[in-house]
Amino acid sequence: MNSIKMQIAVASGKGGTGKTTVAVSLFYFWKKFHNEKVHLVDCDVEEPNDALFFSSLETLEQKQVHQYIPEIDTSVCTFCKKCAEWCEFNAITIVANRQFAEVDTTLCHSCGACLVACPENAFTEKPYPLGVITRYLTENGNEFTEGRLEVGSAMQTLLIKELKKEVTPNVNYTILDSPPGTSCPVVETVSDADYVILVTEPTPFGLHDLKITVELMNELQKPFGVVVNKAGLGSGDVYTFLKENNIELLGEIPFSRELARMYSSGELLNNIPEELKETYRRIIEKVTCRK
Amino acid sequence: MSGKGGAGKTSVAAAIASLAKNTVFCDNDVDAADLHLIFHPKIKEKHEFSSGSKALIDPEKCSVCGLCEEHCRFNAIHPNEQGIPEVNPFQCEGCRLCERICPEHAIASVQFNNNMWFVSDTRFGPLVHARMGAGEENSGRLVTEIRKKAREIAGETSARFIINDGPPGIGCPVIASVTGTGKVLLVIEPSLSGLHDAKRLLELVESFHIPVFAVINKYDINPEITAQTEQFLQKKSIPLIGKIPFDTRLVDSMVAGKSLVEFAPDSEPGQEFKSLWEKLEKIHDLR
Repeated sequence: MNSIKMQIAVASGKGGTGKTTVAVSLFYFWKKFHNEKVHLVDCDVEEPNDALFFSSLETLEQKQVHQYIPEIDTSVCTFCKKCAEWCEFNAITIVANRQFAEVDTTLCHSCGACLVACPENAFTEKPYPLGVITRYLTENGNEFTEGRLEVGSAMQTLLIKELKKEVTPNVNYTILDSPPGTSCPVVETVSDADYVILVTEPTPFGLHDLKITVELMNELQKPFGVVVNKAGLGSGDVYTFLKENNIELLGEIPFSRELARMYSSGELLNNIPEELKETYRRIIEKVTCRK
Repeated sequence: MSGKGGAGKTSVAAAIASLAKNTVFCDNDVDAADLHLIFHPKIKEKHEFSSGSKALIDPEKCSVCGLCEEHCRFNAIHPNEQGIPEVNPFQCEGCRLCERICPEHAIASVQFNNNMWFVSDTRFGPLVHARMGAGEENSGRLVTEIRKKAREIAGETSARFIINDGPPGIGCPVIASVTGTGKVLLVIEPSLSGLHDAKRLLELVESFHIPVFAVINKYDINPEITAQTEQFLQKKSIPLIGKIPFDTRLVDSMVAGKSLVEFAPDSEPGQEFKSLWEKLEKIHDLR
């Protein structure tokens, strides 16, 4: 294979369609079939689950990531309110006659506007915990990095931004496991990806959320293909949709109670049935030829 | 709510919706709303909701001084092929700092109103729901907005309940969904991920001091993890008020655009949902 690097995001509108299953399996099979250097990054920082699928993980590096939130020194502040006027997120409250000036840490986006606005230099930025980024060595010799949002933080997108800085340039393939949905955390995850794998299920909820995710991919001008998970459940409407819109079907993973049970116990990787290995082999081929 | 996506929040919400009388419904999963696929709402009111502003640079006025790029904390400004800075609207958070510091006044903010929210009539009662523009921000504020409307309707109609179908995760739309809620029904899928994610959500809910009740969905997929989940709930003193078996009729009911209680009322999950709702009503009456 040539040495052009490729970033692949695994996304889905609906939660629980099998993003993590697909992301972790691709990570595993890319090494197994092609002996490739692959880096897996769990960008679902609100609910990171990739780690549950590995039987042994060695921690290589762990760091606490902070959000810097400005604090107002009321002994310097003249209560002119310029900062509050500049703050687009309504995070600053100034009550001049009570000499009160405060930044609401849950509303602040850390944009830095107040620091520029303040004529008195009354602001200093203080670190608040945003989450933890951990880099692991997995049992197949490839690395996996996870972002874990601090419970209570509403700044998941900021942590994903920090997490993406950990994407190493010395691997051929980076797999980004995306959070569910179609809003800012998903955009942040897929924004630098060269290709996106959308995982759906053949149910009305799955199809509805796939449609809005396809809309997002088109807006972002991202090339993408679809994996249908839990095939056999629901209806055939998803296939009609894919055909009508000329969307590539990368592969199908059949629904079975046994697969669901293995997934639920985290035993999936060591017990993948033969025909599913073939499915992943073909998905990898289809994705690599997009390089 | 569930933490994990796909645990069955919407199916549970739809099932109890068929049993709840005098109730207002609200779909807080504004990012990937699905409840309307079962509710088939007749939209009565449509509202726009601002998804904030995005910066736009006028290349005619720009002197390429680089100040905007230097000040942008969201890495949203990059030079185009001609070397003139350009804003990536998907990375711009609309803080307007670039607009304010640009010495040439070359930057303007454009308002985006790609988010819509609706008030609808449904066979279960009034529904407040939303549709976010793809890739938009402000999902937390949109949740707050539609919940406010749901409370207003509940007040006007003297409703007994507001049932909110929650979003997955623990981030801003979830925080907006938990704030000011009376009770949380935690839908847990018996998998390592389902339990792990439920625990993180619980940590968040506990910080709000809101009473939590739990239901295990698809409990027979993994009896061992179901047992672990039950032990965990017991240790946390969280009442387990329902155990729903895995049944493909849940998917079939979704395909038919119905709740499971409507589609297969006498099935095992149908009976289980009825008992779940009776318990929730009792909890409410005891208050």
